[in-house]
Amino acid sequence: MMTDALEVLRAEARYGLVDALQLWKRNLLAYRRQPDLLVFSTIQPVMFVLLFAYVFGGAIQTGSIAYIDFLLPGILVQTVLFGSTQTGVGLAEDIRSGMIDRYRALPMARSAVIAGRILADATRNLFVMVLMIGVGFAIGFRFHGSVAGVVAMPLLGVLLGLAFSWISAVIGTSVKRAETAQVASFVWIFPLVFVSSIFVPVDTMPDWLQVVAENSPVTRAVNAMRGLAHGTDAREPLLWTAGWVVGIVTVFAPLAVWRYRTVT
Amino acid sequence: MQAARQADPPVVVRGIRKSFGDVQALDGVSLTIEAGSVLGLLGPNGAGKTTLVRILTTLLDPDGGSAAVAGFDVQRQKTQVRPRIGLAGQSAAVDGTLTGRENLEMVARLYHMPRRDAAARADALLRRFDLLEAAERQAGVYSGGMRRRLDLAASLVADPQVLFLDEPTTGLDPHGRLEMWAVIRELASAGATVLLTTQYLEEADQLADTIVVIDHGKVIAQGTAAELKSRTGGEFLTVRVSDLAMLDGARRVLAAAGDGEPVVDAAAGAVSVAVSNGAARLAGVVRDLDAAAVAIADVGLRQPTLDEVFLSLTGHRAASDDAAPPGRPRRGRRRA
Repeated sequence: MMTDALEVLRAEARYGLVDALQLWKRNLLAYRRQPDLLVFSTIQPVMFVLLFAYVFGGAIQTGSIAYIDFLLPGILVQTVLFGSTQTGVGLAEDIRSGMIDRYRALPMARSAVIAGRILADATRNLFVMVLMIGVGFAIGFRFHGSVAGVVAMPLLGVLLGLAFSWISAVIGTSVKRAETAQVASFVWIFPLVFVSSIFVPVDTMPDWLQVVAENSPVTRAVNAMRGLAHGTDAREPLLWTAGWVVGIVTVFAPLAVWRYRTVT
Repeated sequence: MQAARQADPPVVVRGIRKSFGDVQALDGVSLTIEAGSVLGLLGPNGAGKTTLVRILTTLLDPDGGSAAVAGFDVQRQKTQVRPRIGLAGQSAAVDGTLTGRENLEMVARLYHMPRRDAAARADALLRRFDLLEAAERQAGVYSGGMRRRLDLAASLVADPQVLFLDEPTTGLDPHGRLEMWAVIRELASAGATVLLTTQYLEEADQLADTIVVIDHGKVIAQGTAAELKSRTGGEFLTVRVSDLAMLDGARRVLAAAGDGEPVVDAAAGAVSVAVSNGAARLAGVVRDLDAAAVAIADVGLRQPTLDEVFLSLTGHRAASDDAAPPGRPRRGRRRA
């Protein structure tokens, strides 16, 4: 048993990346061949930007910052959170169709099926975010910081999405149907999205909720991305976000791979 | 060490047990497959066929017993087993969003073949399985037969030492089945070692060198098709009456002459019974039928069908919990 465990680790180290890249390619091809899915999953976040900017923009007080400048980094984070739910949906679908049995009987890295899915979802997240920033620009969003901030802001979003994708992967490998994975995601995604600084400043919430909201990985990431976009000091929320990302991956990645290996 | 391994049969299964909750899916299954032979694992739905395939292909750990595939333990040496096996059928699948070619190339790349070798291998397999014309179409639009051929091609990408075909024709139309049979026969004559599961007696009879019959997780018989047939007492004596009213008279005569309880097929107006040394008894049976005033439309001796073999081995018909015909499409995955 020990020798096999060592063999498994050796295979992970040797093939983990190349196998994940194969699966990444497969999943991107799948996205490209379902243009309707891509179109609608793009329209939805763009719609959110426009709706929130024009409907709530006048009602929500964000001090000296224009609401669109306040809103856009938040909407980006909301989009990557929703996007990360697709990781679990895709994995559940692979399990249902029997595709995962083919992969598991191959001499490939155990982590690659999930990692490949997550990389593809991260790629899609990046694509959608760039598009949303473009739409934001058209209705008045502006960067006020450095060029590094412009590049770093969406990348931080990608990083957060990657972390949440591992949680989604645990759900996807634990439920029987893709539909269940989809519905189950909303249970944890919605509180995270709304109990945060995505849409409104947290200081209008009740005290106890403020404590939760301020420390949530979502608020930390949104504040860091706002800092990068506005050119204000983002070091503290950046550190917190990095901590959350590392923490989430450390807990949920091994859990997801273990679920994948034992799923029947 | 290497020489010893080569001499060992490529599949050796000893007392494998596996249960899912209260259900004992496999209850001490043992079998051996010799190099270059096709073993047909025959049993009804839920007999444990797929569970055994999943254990032998490292997808599932057994609760007890041991199994070696290509000389390696399926539980402790999974990483050695995987590069040496191929799996096709209901346990595996092809990716509907990828083209036929992309499916094969991806599998080849996941066996860590260099890109150019993977492309060449995919091309050769597409040609061999008559899929070259459909190679650039998404596998999702393939017919059932084409998808199974692609699935089989994917399982052969790395030239496996042992090939597992889990109900390779389930859900195919009759034409697709015949196509798959031809492909599997070709593999067998090329010297492949194959474990094939099926619910169809005819399929096992057609394709397998050795048949292992399992029911409720236990091996209940094994041997060649001819050996299994002889285990039911040799031949069957069948009488078809010209008037259905005489069916019962014929049944009484055969009950006295045969080795077991006669089987009455009222729709066909026929009665069958297992007999040993049938040729010697035939004349006596005809005389007795005549004395009982039973008018005979047809009388004869024949080899039992494997269905009758199954009935006499298990006490129930092979298809009892799955009465649907072979063409029935299947939804989702099953475990048993």
